[in-house]
Amino acid sequence: MRDDLPRFAVLGVPGSVQYTGSMIVELGHFALILALGVAFLQMVVPLVGAHKGWRNWMELAAPAAATQLMLIGFAFAALTWAFLSSDFSVRLVFENSHSAKPWLYKLTGVWGNHEGSMLLWVLILTAFGAAAALFGNNLPLPLKARVLAVQSSIGVAFLAFILLTSNPFLRFDVAPMDGRDLNPLLQDPGLAFHPPFLYLGYVGLSMAFSFAVAALIEGKVDAAWARWVRPWTLAAWMFLTVGIALGSWWAYYELGWGGFWFWDPVENASFMPWLLAAALLHSAVVVEKREALKSWTILLAILAFGFSLLGTFIVRSGVITSVHAFAMDPERGVFILAILAFFVGGALTLYAARASAMESKGVFGMVSREAGLVLNNILLAVAALVVFVGTVWPLVAQMLLGRVLSVGAPFFDAAFTPFMVALAAVLPIGSMLAWKRGDIARSLRVLWPALVLALLLAALAWTLGTGRSMLALVGTALGTWIVAGAATDLWQRTGRSGAARLLRLPGADWGKAVAHSGLGVTILGVSLLMAWQQEDIRTVALGSTYEVGSYGFTLNGVDELDGPNYRTLMADVTVTQGASEVARLFPEKRFYPVAAMPTTEAAIDNGLFRDIYVVIGDPQDDGSYAVRTYVKPFANWIWGGAILMALGGLLSLGDRRLRVAAGAAKTSRSAVAAE
Amino acid sequence: MRGLVLALLLWPTVLPAVEPQEILADPALEARARDISDGLRCPVCRNESIDESHAEVARDIRLMVRERLVAGDSDDAIRAAVVARYGEYVLLRPTADGANLVLWLAGPAMLLGGLGLGLAVLRRRSAAQEELSLSPEEKSRLDDLLGG
Repeated sequence: MRDDLPRFAVLGVPGSVQYTGSMIVELGHFALILALGVAFLQMVVPLVGAHKGWRNWMELAAPAAATQLMLIGFAFAALTWAFLSSDFSVRLVFENSHSAKPWLYKLTGVWGNHEGSMLLWVLILTAFGAAAALFGNNLPLPLKARVLAVQSSIGVAFLAFILLTSNPFLRFDVAPMDGRDLNPLLQDPGLAFHPPFLYLGYVGLSMAFSFAVAALIEGKVDAAWARWVRPWTLAAWMFLTVGIALGSWWAYYELGWGGFWFWDPVENASFMPWLLAAALLHSAVVVEKREALKSWTILLAILAFGFSLLGTFIVRSGVITSVHAFAMDPERGVFILAILAFFVGGALTLYAARASAMESKGVFGMVSREAGLVLNNILLAVAALVVFVGTVWPLVAQMLLGRVLSVGAPFFDAAFTPFMVALAAVLPIGSMLAWKRGDIARSLRVLWPALVLALLLAALAWTLGTGRSMLALVGTALGTWIVAGAATDLWQRTGRSGAARLLRLPGADWGKAVAHSGLGVTILGVSLLMAWQQEDIRTVALGSTYEVGSYGFTLNGVDELDGPNYRTLMADVTVTQGASEVARLFPEKRFYPVAAMPTTEAAIDNGLFRDIYVVIGDPQDDGSYAVRTYVKPFANWIWGGAILMALGGLLSLGDRRLRVAAGAAKTSRSAVAAE
Repeated sequence: MRGLVLALLLWPTVLPAVEPQEILADPALEARARDISDGLRCPVCRNESIDESHAEVARDIRLMVRERLVAGDSDDAIRAAVVARYGEYVLLRPTADGANLVLWLAGPAMLLGGLGLGLAVLRRRSAAQEELSLSPEEKSRLDDLLGG
């Protein structure tokens, strides 16, 4: 127990007597220990069975996976119960919750801390394993056994990590009166569900990893393998997309100046697996349709999950944000690093030994869909590695060169953006090339209206911005080019039969078009917001009016109010354009007494083409208030594009061909389960 | 009301950075100040530029930047002065010299490597394709055989 924790007993009742009625926490702890045992069995027995060809040993994998899920599910439920019932005798609850907190944030407090979030991590890991066990009936038994065994080996590592270094079920001898509250910044609906989605994405990539390692053990990769792997990768990528977008959206409205991406190590940790998962999705298509790029796809699957583990390491050890903090308490960091080294190192060693056995069949020309997808993979993978180098460089420079330096947004903007520009420029052409042997001139003949439209809108953006910003010009051109290109592609597929066929196109075609459009929409949003944003900082007297852009703002008043677990200063601002009222905004400055932390709550008038964003600041000596006002054009397009990308993934996942071709009606449910 | 205002004054504010009083009267100089601030890290914060930070030291640097701008220094001179006082750590855009070249050249180098590797693989693939189809001699021989 730490020194600064209260040691008094509630009403003088000894702690041991006080919680006799809530053994549920101990049962949760016990279930977690049992789960470790089951995971160990599931790792060893099916693997031996697959090697020796013993059927009943292989068949142990599926029930073991289901048991593991139930045990960890119970442990997670027990911890959730402790949070919801505000059982402050549990140390984790004391440190991260408070009895006056709204129930939603008591719930999300479960994963708003290190120990609970790791428990969520393994819960999702075993959920994916159980889903593969349940819906993978059309998999050949040895492959299924090996996949589940590999999946379970990850579980063993992380369950041991939790039990040895991050146990969420530790009790105090004596229960404190009340908790310390969750960080108020985290008490927000956007952020509450950001970690679960991110973890579904991170951990979902473990399935691709397990399939890759199982394939290496078997020495066989074919179109069927790719068809089994793709839905899991697609689902993981969708979750990552949603999780990253939620985090970015939260930063936009919560941090108080409307930034949406900061190239923070923690953000990069989720962005690298996203880029690699995107590459993996595309290369798996080539394996599936053409039986080429097999060994590259396996490598990508290993790397994508490797970067997920690296992300977990970065976030959980705190090594990148503070080398000092890491040196003070290295236990957890070193443990995760060992897990990372074992799985990535082991998989890569296996890869080095076996990859040459992955004989590719399909041949293709220098100009072909396959070649386009190879270029896509090179750009995405190198972009991910650039983010990686930038993220770890301060650490490397400090440890090897003794140079204390920073790598921040200006570096990433300069070093990362060119890859996305190149990707966006070639995407519409590459995605319309024929398989095996394509013809660029022919694709361009179809795409010229899209190209003209892109150039026209870019010229318009240039004129509107009165030539101020290259960013608006390039962003508009590329964004429009991608969206119009995707529409052209879809239109081409209908052939001569026209719009009626549009609705009967396969889900994969729609998914591709929608996801690509999403990328275009996000590019438009990012570049136009950054190019055209207007900012105004000033002090405003009560009742006075000021102007930003074409809008008038009047500060009607500022009130003090009480929330459930905070106090707030709430301003009342009327926004007008010409003579008409556009919106009434109520920006707040909150103060959370328990956590002793203030937060700003920006007031935003959302619009399709612009957001109006008002932040109230400190009262000044003369009774006026500091106020920041922003007009942010196309802001919502950033996350709208992300939603479109995820929707594209969903449409693609729903494609009948992905399921029918994989062999049986059963697979159709695996796709649903992955959603 | 008084209690809350007091609390807000006592606890560090989270209102991002630049206060109305700091802003320079000359919009051109202020724009340059913002531009420089964007690239300077608040030394005590986690990945925040001094423009975004509410820390005392960030405010000091913001004021220092503005004072020097008013005094007529160039952007580079101002950055150099800040680095001289607070160290290389404050540069969010690391200099492209010495070992940092590894950082800056990593992207282009990996791209070239990737493209080279990709091209080599594509060559092999399309060469394999050539082998599968018939050479002109084989074709004429086949025509002869079929015709004959």
